[in-house]
Amino acid sequence: MLKILAERWRQGHRTSRFPNEAPVLSDRFRGLPVIDASKCADGCHACADACPTDAITIEAQLSNPAPKVDLGRCLFCTDCAQACPTGAIHCGPDYRLAGNTRQSLIVDGAEPVAVHPLEKRLLRLFGRSLKLRQVSAGGCNGCESDINVLGTLVFDLGRFGIQVVASPRHADGLIVTGPVTENMTLALQKSYDALTPPKIVIAVGACAISGGPFIDHPEVHNGIDSVVPVDLYIPGCPPHPYTILDGLLRLVGQLEEERALR
Amino acid sequence: MTTQWLTQWHTLRNGIAVPMHQIPQIPFTDLRQAIIAAPSRNRRVAALFGRPAGESIELFAVLAADRDGLLEAARATLEGNTFASMTPECPQVHLFERELGEQWNLIPEGHPWWKPVRFQNAYRPGPDAFGRAEGEPRVVGVADFYRVEGEEIHEVSVGPVHAGVIEPGHFRFQCHGEHVFHLEISLGYQHRGIEKTLAGGPGKRTIHHMETLAGDTTVGHASAYCQALESLSACRPSARALALRGVALELERLANHTGDLGALAGDIGYLPTASYCGRLRGDFLNITALLCGNRFGRGFIRPGGVGFDVDAARVALVLERLEAAYRDVQGAAKLLWQTGSVQARFEDVGIVSEETARDLGLVGPAARACGLRRDVRTHHPFGIFQFVHIPISTFHTGDVFARAFLRWLEIERSVQFLRTQLKELPTGRARVDCPAARPDHFCVSLVEGWRGEICHVAMTDAQGRFATYKVVDPSFHNWAGLAMSLRDQQISDFPICNKSFNLSYCGHDL
Repeated sequence: MLKILAERWRQGHRTSRFPNEAPVLSDRFRGLPVIDASKCADGCHACADACPTDAITIEAQLSNPAPKVDLGRCLFCTDCAQACPTGAIHCGPDYRLAGNTRQSLIVDGAEPVAVHPLEKRLLRLFGRSLKLRQVSAGGCNGCESDINVLGTLVFDLGRFGIQVVASPRHADGLIVTGPVTENMTLALQKSYDALTPPKIVIAVGACAISGGPFIDHPEVHNGIDSVVPVDLYIPGCPPHPYTILDGLLRLVGQLEEERALR
Repeated sequence: MTTQWLTQWHTLRNGIAVPMHQIPQIPFTDLRQAIIAAPSRNRRVAALFGRPAGESIELFAVLAADRDGLLEAARATLEGNTFASMTPECPQVHLFERELGEQWNLIPEGHPWWKPVRFQNAYRPGPDAFGRAEGEPRVVGVADFYRVEGEEIHEVSVGPVHAGVIEPGHFRFQCHGEHVFHLEISLGYQHRGIEKTLAGGPGKRTIHHMETLAGDTTVGHASAYCQALESLSACRPSARALALRGVALELERLANHTGDLGALAGDIGYLPTASYCGRLRGDFLNITALLCGNRFGRGFIRPGGVGFDVDAARVALVLERLEAAYRDVQGAAKLLWQTGSVQARFEDVGIVSEETARDLGLVGPAARACGLRRDVRTHHPFGIFQFVHIPISTFHTGDVFARAFLRWLEIERSVQFLRTQLKELPTGRARVDCPAARPDHFCVSLVEGWRGEICHVAMTDAQGRFATYKVVDPSFHNWAGLAMSLRDQQISDFPICNKSFNLSYCGHDL
């Protein structure tokens, strides 16, 4: 017993002060793409060609072509940055990537993505207590691991009133990872049906949003929104735990836009 | 006396490509005989798979002769769609044969456990090996499960969606009260069709597929792939790049082993170690992020070397964080070994005998915890491990305690390795250009991932594209080990048995 107490003392207090203090991430962290279209050469689409998931589009008819990145497809892999001859695109340090709609994830690098909190009625229900059931539908255990880690003492998800529960029957919503394999489609549908309304769905990771590295494989659906309606998309491959936490807190109105930390 | 079926096989080394024509074409009966004799000749089946050759299927087999540090490969063209199953005499090929049935409509006659592996569509048209009608959808989990009959017998069925944040799989227990007679594990829910899309590559998605074969083994699988590609294209990464890959591989091991110790503690309700290790796993992942910006090492391992170099200041920071995390892991793990109630819960639970482990061809910590000396880093050294040796850790009891304690032993070894490597990083370019792969070559690439042997077999066609790319995740060998560990255990012991193996669903399902 004394040994346990001594070790407890030695390990110290490790819970982060997020959201009151900004998290310290690796200086090499790859977040929201930063695009400087003024550097783009006419007719160049090296970044779009290099992208493994075709996340980058360049509208050719415009006089000043500017790449747009679909964060829902983006793997944050830097293949585009390496291909760009002029350094017009790279992944920046902003870890806040979540958005409510598929369209909101398509960025030109000018503004961060916005998350609108749930509507009033849902906010009253879920704002201070949200129970989620996790379903992995073809995830590689990257996103799953980074959701799991929210339960550790560093992030301590419970202090925000959010908890991952053992059954959809106990849950207010699903937090889904993976592109939805053919073999998990029924299980995901059944899990969704088992929730009692009102219910919400959160898609975590490039796979769950768009199919990610597996886009257009016949064995998968291109993301979960072909099976269940989605209220929040959290991009990344996998998203950093703080990206997930930031998205969740903004969804339940615990992190106002003006308070949101860079 | 050497017989012909032994001498025909081509001997090759880990990560060294050879021209395709050197892989001998032998009669199937010889191939079969050599595979059956493999265990008694201190060989394991590392891979057994097929590829189309006209109307027929050509079988490739790779045997690992661990003690000699050698691999042996041969191929045989099957006439017709059936062959005599090798599983009754050599159980470790049981899943390989089922995979052959599922992918190529082959029927190994006399297979004792005949059912689909991943519930995927076959790679070629023809009558289904499992008797499903043409056009009938391949419904996952629909198979003949083994059943124990009797009035007091009951069946417990779990999954695919489990209580935790975990990948999907289906488990069926045949129970008498709390007593488990048999556990059957049925997977395939995570099948994303990766292997099939690798053919014709490498393409711009290939490395990303490798990094997501099993996301918690990003470095392991990406390393195996890069080693295969580099050897096929005669590209030589610098010693510095190899050392940095080794660093990332051991960091991956540290993070996962630490997480597993925490998860095991959590499952027996011993919260101090569970809490500390949950945090410490993240600390190791954050060290990997310090190297490449991603906690799982995405973007770090690249053909020709590594995607990111490190300077002295970064190395110093890595070492500082490593020492801090290691100190805390020591404290957290020590609590496990000092607490009687923890020992009582871990010991004599989920025993897999050395004989069973050998028969099933287990790899990695699951095998080493049964006393088997199997470690690719030692027996088939690759990359930096050709120059720096990490001694094998083994334990002999084969129970949950052995699998937990072995992780701790490996954590100590990995930290030692990281200390010396980071202090003496060789010079050289982080990444060199990797030319196109040579046509008509064959390469076996093994890496000791944190779960065990990762085996990639790559073959190029006349244009230097991948004709076939085979992936064998360690979990493919080891799931049967988990099933065996539950024999005659209490059903309530399943969580700790499962955590003590901590196998990959997506690595198995591909």
